[in-house]
Amino acid sequence: MIEGLSAVYILMLAAFVGYEVISRVPVILHTPLMSGSNFIHGIVLVGAMIALGQAETGMQQFIGFIAVLLGAGNAVGGYVVTERMLEMFKASDRNKGTGAANGINDKEAR
Amino acid sequence: MNWLVETGYFAAAVVFILGLKRMSHPTTARSGIHWAGIAMVVATLLTFLHPQIDGRYGLMLLAIVIGGGIAWYSGKKVAMTDMPQMIAIYNGMGGGAAAAIAAVELMRMSDNPALIEQHGSLALWLGVLGAMIGAIAFSGSIVAWAKLDGRIKKAMHFPSQQLINMIVLALTVYLGVVIAAVEPSSSLVLVFFGLALLFGVLLALPIGGADMPVIISLFNALTGLAVAMEGFVLGNAAMIIAGTVVGAAGTLLTQLMAKAMNRPIRNVLFKQFGGASSGEQSEIEGSMKASDPMDAAVQLAFAERVIIVPGYGLAVAQAQHKVWEMVELLGERGVEVRFAIHPVAGRMPGHMNVLLAEAGVPYDMIADLDEINNDFETTDVTLVIGANDVVNPVAKSDPASPLYGMPILNVDQSRNVLVIKRGQGAGFSGVENHLFYLDHTHMVYGDGQKVVGDMITALKTL
Repeated sequence: MIEGLSAVYILMLAAFVGYEVISRVPVILHTPLMSGSNFIHGIVLVGAMIALGQAETGMQQFIGFIAVLLGAGNAVGGYVVTERMLEMFKASDRNKGTGAANGINDKEAR
Repeated sequence: MNWLVETGYFAAAVVFILGLKRMSHPTTARSGIHWAGIAMVVATLLTFLHPQIDGRYGLMLLAIVIGGGIAWYSGKKVAMTDMPQMIAIYNGMGGGAAAAIAAVELMRMSDNPALIEQHGSLALWLGVLGAMIGAIAFSGSIVAWAKLDGRIKKAMHFPSQQLINMIVLALTVYLGVVIAAVEPSSSLVLVFFGLALLFGVLLALPIGGADMPVIISLFNALTGLAVAMEGFVLGNAAMIIAGTVVGAAGTLLTQLMAKAMNRPIRNVLFKQFGGASSGEQSEIEGSMKASDPMDAAVQLAFAERVIIVPGYGLAVAQAQHKVWEMVELLGERGVEVRFAIHPVAGRMPGHMNVLLAEAGVPYDMIADLDEINNDFETTDVTLVIGANDVVNPVAKSDPASPLYGMPILNVDQSRNVLVIKRGQGAGFSGVENHLFYLDHTHMVYGDGQKVVGDMITALKTL
């Protein structure tokens, strides 16, 4: 089990990581990115499985079952739609190698 | 076996962060989601070996197959235009899962108080908080989905709405405190969840369609937090890290969106759109001038520089493929064409880019507001397709307008403006668009796909 204060450390560091990772994302990727982060909290599936695995009464098992069902929906659905969106992004042939005139490279230089 | 599971969770958390980072650039984005996907599969498989689980593997598999199967099918089938509400519903599922985990754990503690000692009181408090946030994100996301999907047509208002919302929230928090501080009895837990779910619905109901992306993003961040808190209850580091990263990232994303729309989060949540504006809005001068696809095509063909401003109407008409075909024809004639995307074009930031990418438009022909806004002055023709509020000049000129202060594309400054539009109605916000009445603006009425199709035919004959 994770002790109180070290848990707070993890929380704080993870929050900074999340903030930093996202702050360099170009606008064109915001929707796929929201979808991608939506997929990542699909890790709730793991917790749902543990909850169901520990459930004792019938009621608890029922709620645990729902938890796994919803968690699996979050993870699988989030992956499928993010993958579909990102699959479509590509650069134009004429700008390849030379760097885009008004595209992503400018934004990174800022 | 425990060390194997724990190491696996740790690795998954690291790969999630790396994957999210790779998703921040178009060329590596796809591999980013693949990495994260592999990490998710590994973490899920390892969980079957988790020492805290003693049975019910069959139920687990069944739930994964049903939930995953439905989500897989719906995710593959959904049209790109409907992506925002799909993300909302998957996000709601995550929030619901976090709330359900909390329900199971609280009920176990209620049956067996020794467990509270074992978990520690911090975990109990965080568990209750996560339960509340998860339940709000669950029911709120479902309302958001229903609204974007057109199942709930209007923003709903009733008397004393703010007061009732506050009372429901206060009751929920009070019950949560009782559960965490006094005793987690099963019946209290059920009422607590009922109230939290109700608050989620009340929170989302009055919010107008234009503000929905901000709310979906907010619920996304909330779900991340809820997952992190349930991670504390279960002592699961992967959930804590991944949930918190999403919580922080989602909060930043929500702020970015709210800023792009000039709608502070506080206003989105507590003020109805347009309701706050007072005083007379300025009179419209001039009249709308109609044109036809043939004239529009000629105008474009003999221009040097053209900017296309696509809006959600383009996507609704499924015209993006036709538009790209037309742009290729113009390119062959030597016309320089670019796309200008407002941050909230489509239904959320970046949605329009996805729709254009689907049609085959390369991302380096697409510019965002800051990059392109000074170029309108030197543009011969700006073609607006299905966009309205984001090109309305009153946002700059009329303090009485509810749109005032929203950053807009300076379409009115270009030498000529062509607008393809279904009819004469106002935009999503219900505000009249002064751009349409300017002297150098011409309207081409009709279905976007059909009009652009006619323009392509005309271009080929030139």
